[in-house]
Amino acid sequence: MSTTATGSVPIAGLARRIGRAVTRRPVLGLAATVTAPVAWLLVVYIGSLLLLIVTAFFSIDGFTQRTTTELTAGNLDTAFTEWVFVRTVLRSVGVATAVTMLCIAIALPMAFYIAKVATTRVRRSLIVAVLLPLWAGYLVKAYAWRAMLQGGDQGGVLKSWLGFTPGFGIAGVIVTLTYLWLPYMVLPVYAGLERLPASLLDAAGDLGARPWRSFRTVVVPLLVPSIAAGSLFTFSLSLGDYITPKVVGGTTQLIGNLIERTLLAPNQPLAAAYTLWPVVIVVAYLVAMTRLGAFESLK
Amino acid sequence: MARAVPAVQLVGLRKAFGDVVAVDGVDLEIADREFFAMLGPSGSGKTTVLRMIAGFEVPTGGAVLLAGTDVTTAPPYDRDVNTVFQDYALFPHMSVLENVEYGLKVKRVDRVERRRRASEMLDAVRLGGYGERRPGQLSGGQRQRVALARALVNRPRVLLLDEPLGALDLKLREEMQVELKAIQQDVGITFIFVTHDQGEALSMSDRLAVFNAGRIEQVGTPRDIYERPATAFVAGFVGTSNLVDGGTATVRPERIRLLAAGEEPREDETFSAGTVRDVQYLGAESRLRVAAGDGELVVSVPSGALGDVRDGAGVRLAWRREAAFRLTHAGMKPEGGGDA
Repeated sequence: MSTTATGSVPIAGLARRIGRAVTRRPVLGLAATVTAPVAWLLVVYIGSLLLLIVTAFFSIDGFTQRTTTELTAGNLDTAFTEWVFVRTVLRSVGVATAVTMLCIAIALPMAFYIAKVATTRVRRSLIVAVLLPLWAGYLVKAYAWRAMLQGGDQGGVLKSWLGFTPGFGIAGVIVTLTYLWLPYMVLPVYAGLERLPASLLDAAGDLGARPWRSFRTVVVPLLVPSIAAGSLFTFSLSLGDYITPKVVGGTTQLIGNLIERTLLAPNQPLAAAYTLWPVVIVVAYLVAMTRLGAFESLK
Repeated sequence: MARAVPAVQLVGLRKAFGDVVAVDGVDLEIADREFFAMLGPSGSGKTTVLRMIAGFEVPTGGAVLLAGTDVTTAPPYDRDVNTVFQDYALFPHMSVLENVEYGLKVKRVDRVERRRRASEMLDAVRLGGYGERRPGQLSGGQRQRVALARALVNRPRVLLLDEPLGALDLKLREEMQVELKAIQQDVGITFIFVTHDQGEALSMSDRLAVFNAGRIEQVGTPRDIYERPATAFVAGFVGTSNLVDGGTATVRPERIRLLAAGEEPREDETFSAGTVRDVQYLGAESRLRVAAGDGELVVSVPSGALGDVRDGAGVRLAWRREAAFRLTHAGMKPEGGGDA
């Protein structure tokens, strides 16, 4: 406890002095803690988004095919009015909505079984079973579905076992995306069910509600925030996907495919303008969810 | 004259969870309109019995009869009973009124009628203006009353209450005890009330059952239970009791008196001498712990009669032989040597 001790071990002394300074002025500690993440958020997320918006106003030199900083609103005009592209946007929103609906329909009973019905041991293995596919590569899973969806004489598993396959196209894309993003819906719904007190289910039954009615009037309404959280994943991941359509989509194209093609054209400014579509849609989705009160219980 | 059919009848009821036997052969009859308490320490099986009456647990053996009908395996939604849960279990996404209406809505009571009955019920529990609020905006006592209203609005044959006052503070608890009793007399429904609080059980119930280790130790009126405990466990768990006569009888602390200097015990009294270990002043009365013989006696005396008795003093004690109640069958030793 003396100055000699501090002097002989300078690093420890320095650490102690910093410790004291932080204790005396909590703001310093707060600054030290949040500066890095906030900088990351500002530079990487907000910064790149701003760059994207700025780029959308740049133009292409017709002669050299190079991007110039000459400002124009032409790209935005094209992106938001050209019917071919708008139709692809609508198709993508339709696919993302269908995937989200399917994920909800599958995840609700699945998570309910895992959280409220299964024994502890079965529950653990089922959670592992849900999580395990997340460890496998995206491409591997997409190509596995390609093999399964294959039609014709060389038909895949679906064709030979079920005698039916939707083949490559919009249905194949929806099926594959539903498989890929299902865990992102199951996990939040499962977590929501875990938090749901068992006595609420008892109470509904006690008041005369049969199981299906308890589920509909008590469980589902209380799971809305969890479903909303899951749907943000399934919806935005589906909206931005461009590899699955390539692998199992046949001629079906989503927003991502057009953006990729435009980017490689190369027309970076127009691609940037296209990219604003999903940004606008996801922001609108978030606003709608907040208006619906989906996140109220998270506050 | 034919005996009235009991509201609830339990016959050899058993429940095991894996290897753990929670309820081990319970026989019980609860009459119509009775306020019945099930008293016992935690883990004694009283809540499991309640859950089997409600239908949340299926018994491993035995039967549950409601008004003479066997409902042992019937699901909760097919039983004419309603429950007030320990955590109230109010639906957080519904308003207070919607909570109270829920049971009527499920039973397809039409909108106007169910609104009227729910509002009446809310008035009855003094929550008239609170229908539009969410349960989260209410205090513990208010939530408790909503839970009561939500159950009672269905006019069940039997109302089950699982430690309903446990989460309330002392003052509110005492108020609700009086209120619950009044409501029960008002609606004329059988109340079965689970509690680990002996004061609550004695003051509210018409009759009570004392549970221990999955069995019923004794069933009787509060007076029976307090004054004539059948087992050492009951004597120890309900009120404070001293084991005397080599553990074969009990005597309540207030039945023991201090002998004045030179005073001899009367003919009909048992005598004991000992050393005061501890004096606890409680206002009107004082409580002494006295080392006597090979055990300890708890003695409750009017503070005025205490004189200069303090720690370490030698005292002479006496109690009338008839105040010492013989235990009818050997039970477990009360916890803590008689101080419960």
